[in-house]
Amino acid sequence: MISRPKPQKNRLRRTMMFMNAQKPGLIKDAYIYGSDSIILDLEDAVAENQKDAARFSLYHALKNIDYGNTEVIVRINGLDTPHWQEDIRCVVAGGADGIRIAKCESAKDVKLVEEHVLAAEREFGVEEGRTILMAALESPLGIMNAYEIVTASPRMFGCAISGGDFRKSMHVQIVKGGIEMLAARGQMLLAARAAGVQCFDTMFPNIDDMDGFQAEVMQNREMGFDGKSIVSPKQIRFVHETFAPTKKEIAYAEKLIRSFNEQADAGVGVYTVDGKMVDIPFFEDARRILALAKACGVYEENL
Amino acid sequence: MINAVGREIPDELLEDGQEVYQGKFYMDGKYVKKDSPRTKRYEKPLESKLCESIREACEKCGAHDGMTFSFHSDFRNGDYVASMVAKVLVEEMGLKDLTIAATSLGSAQDIIADYIEAGKVIGIQTSGVRGRIGEVISAGKLKTPAVIRSHGGRPRAIEAGEVHIDIAFLAASTSDYYGNAKGTGGKNNCGSMGFAVPDSHYADHVVVITDTLVDFPNLPATISSIDVDCVCIVDSVGDPKKIATLEARMTDNPRELMMAENVANIIASTPYFKDGYSFQTGVGGPSLAVNSFLEKHMVERNITMGFALGGMGSAICKLQDKGLVKKLLDTQDFDLGAIEHLATHPEHNEICTSQYANPSNKGAYVNKLDFVVLAALEIDTKFNVNVITGSDGVLRGAPGGHPDTAAGSKCCIIVTPLVRGRMATVCKDVVTVTTPGDCVDVLVTDYGIAVNPLRSDLIACLDKAGIAHVTIESLMEKAYSLVGTPDDLEWEDQAIAIVEARDGTILDVVRKIKPLQLD
Repeated sequence: MISRPKPQKNRLRRTMMFMNAQKPGLIKDAYIYGSDSIILDLEDAVAENQKDAARFSLYHALKNIDYGNTEVIVRINGLDTPHWQEDIRCVVAGGADGIRIAKCESAKDVKLVEEHVLAAEREFGVEEGRTILMAALESPLGIMNAYEIVTASPRMFGCAISGGDFRKSMHVQIVKGGIEMLAARGQMLLAARAAGVQCFDTMFPNIDDMDGFQAEVMQNREMGFDGKSIVSPKQIRFVHETFAPTKKEIAYAEKLIRSFNEQADAGVGVYTVDGKMVDIPFFEDARRILALAKACGVYEENL
Repeated sequence: MINAVGREIPDELLEDGQEVYQGKFYMDGKYVKKDSPRTKRYEKPLESKLCESIREACEKCGAHDGMTFSFHSDFRNGDYVASMVAKVLVEEMGLKDLTIAATSLGSAQDIIADYIEAGKVIGIQTSGVRGRIGEVISAGKLKTPAVIRSHGGRPRAIEAGEVHIDIAFLAASTSDYYGNAKGTGGKNNCGSMGFAVPDSHYADHVVVITDTLVDFPNLPATISSIDVDCVCIVDSVGDPKKIATLEARMTDNPRELMMAENVANIIASTPYFKDGYSFQTGVGGPSLAVNSFLEKHMVERNITMGFALGGMGSAICKLQDKGLVKKLLDTQDFDLGAIEHLATHPEHNEICTSQYANPSNKGAYVNKLDFVVLAALEIDTKFNVNVITGSDGVLRGAPGGHPDTAAGSKCCIIVTPLVRGRMATVCKDVVTVTTPGDCVDVLVTDYGIAVNPLRSDLIACLDKAGIAHVTIESLMEKAYSLVGTPDDLEWEDQAIAIVEARDGTILDVVRKIKPLQLD
């Protein structure tokens, strides 16, 4: 039996790859492609009369497959279905790292899931508090309540917008440039940053449209997302390259930190680097960039 | 006697100076006395060499019991000719004690399995054996052990007289009535006929069989009329659907794409990847996809490929059309795009198997090869590769140019999934050694990359490029942890096939499988 290390709330999650929990051929070695997280899906990918079979497959996968450093999250069925409680028991008994709460709309939803997770942890002798949570925001109400959702439990590590359902409820289609979800993405990002949790963008459904996908990923990074849901291993490399700090960003961050150490020794607070005024928040951001670069494997120094 | 890859070779096979495998390049610098065919003189002008039937051609060439006949496999699995001729020899003429020396045998020649079972065909010499023929040989029904040679080893053996061909029956897409023949311009085209050329030079008699008679002279010709005794016209030389696909399909399987990308990254990390480099790959899923990933690296570095070698598909032809490949040196064509390209592109050249890979000539093209990307049925922790026997021990594969390109190239990369179904591809000992581990440099699997410890230079290249790699033992352990450790196969003593190394020494033998008995 495989026992996984304790899940970390804050870790690298550039890519979260969805796969049907019912397909052994997919989930048996999904870690080989190098996505940061995988999301084994009990919800939309699984037919209504196959939910039980999918849970069975999922439990045995969790117990027998060594996913190594790849984070294993399970998307459970919505709280308006008869499946989610048994889903939670299965996930906790199997020892998955975390749960993605589908169609989450309020702090109450999070607390309800948390309650059942805690009960399952007690039932199966799993360390209490081990199972971490994230919310999928799929409706305007979910977006409006984003802040209360991500702060509803200490288990919460982040939230993601789910474009398919969200666009339907807003009466919009996917648009080049993303204006149809701009406000929602922005509001969710504000809530996540205010709460100090991570924030992920929706998956891009058209696997063959690499140009459209790449444009969306670049916009995601510019907006400040931590990562993206993906649906094919082919999408991994571009996201990882795009979310990694560039050489220029790394060089500037290094310069900032070096100069900060010098100036701090000399008792200076605010000063200029390359003609631009810098102060404490700049250094914190520079440290974040170097830590991210290190985690992405594009930086090896110890500054 | 135990040979250099640790295989026990029965003493009775080591008579007449036959040696066991001693390591690569063992025969380098030695001299060879070439065999010569005994050919008929055609001094008096002859209007035509056309025969009414295959039987008439056989009779003109003096076909009789105990002879060795050869066929070529450039028509691949679509070939009708080998079966057609075998049927005439055995069923119409009632001949027996025959040996078939073909460049490959597969399900297109299943009828020969019947003749083996009936005791009419007593010897098989080939570079590949699949389908029912493999099964009957593995069941011990062939009177003498089959001899399996690489694409380069076969012309070597023919030149050395180790296999002497009495009559070569060479299928061609077009021929004139005098026997100038080639693989293009006809109803059923195969493209390159490079497999057939050594037979046309060394067989005592040569019969060309075509379905498209063209005006004399059919030039440039692959098979020259000066080597041909008879020409036969048949309705069809092959099934076009099985000769070549429309276009060898580029995989969209993410697992195969990942492996292909890793292969291309490894190639780009070595010092051999520079302007004018040379490359060979096959058309299997990940191998074919390497072409497109290499394109990116070539464009990035602003370099071109000097030549691509071996079997050709549309993918490499398109790279040439984009100006990224200077020459194609073509032994066989996998798809219609490549066949058409051979007929029209001046820098797409047909070469024969001796030019391609013969280790005893004065300079085969494999010796100028920088990179080869190859598949494997199995690879063991000594990097020995098996491409001949299945995990059940039955003959079902073809060494083809595998051992030749592995030995000749500067960097031989094997690409294969770690497991296939319940079978571990990376294993402790391969069932049969077809390519010795001292010729294999890098293994790329979906679970990781391993470099042969003999190649510390390549290890340094990968490390410098930040390409992660592990030991091959750890890949084997991973494979066994996934699918379990297989029990050893059980064999009887009888050797049913001899696997010759390309230099003519014995690399391995395949024994008769013990029928599976359930308790």
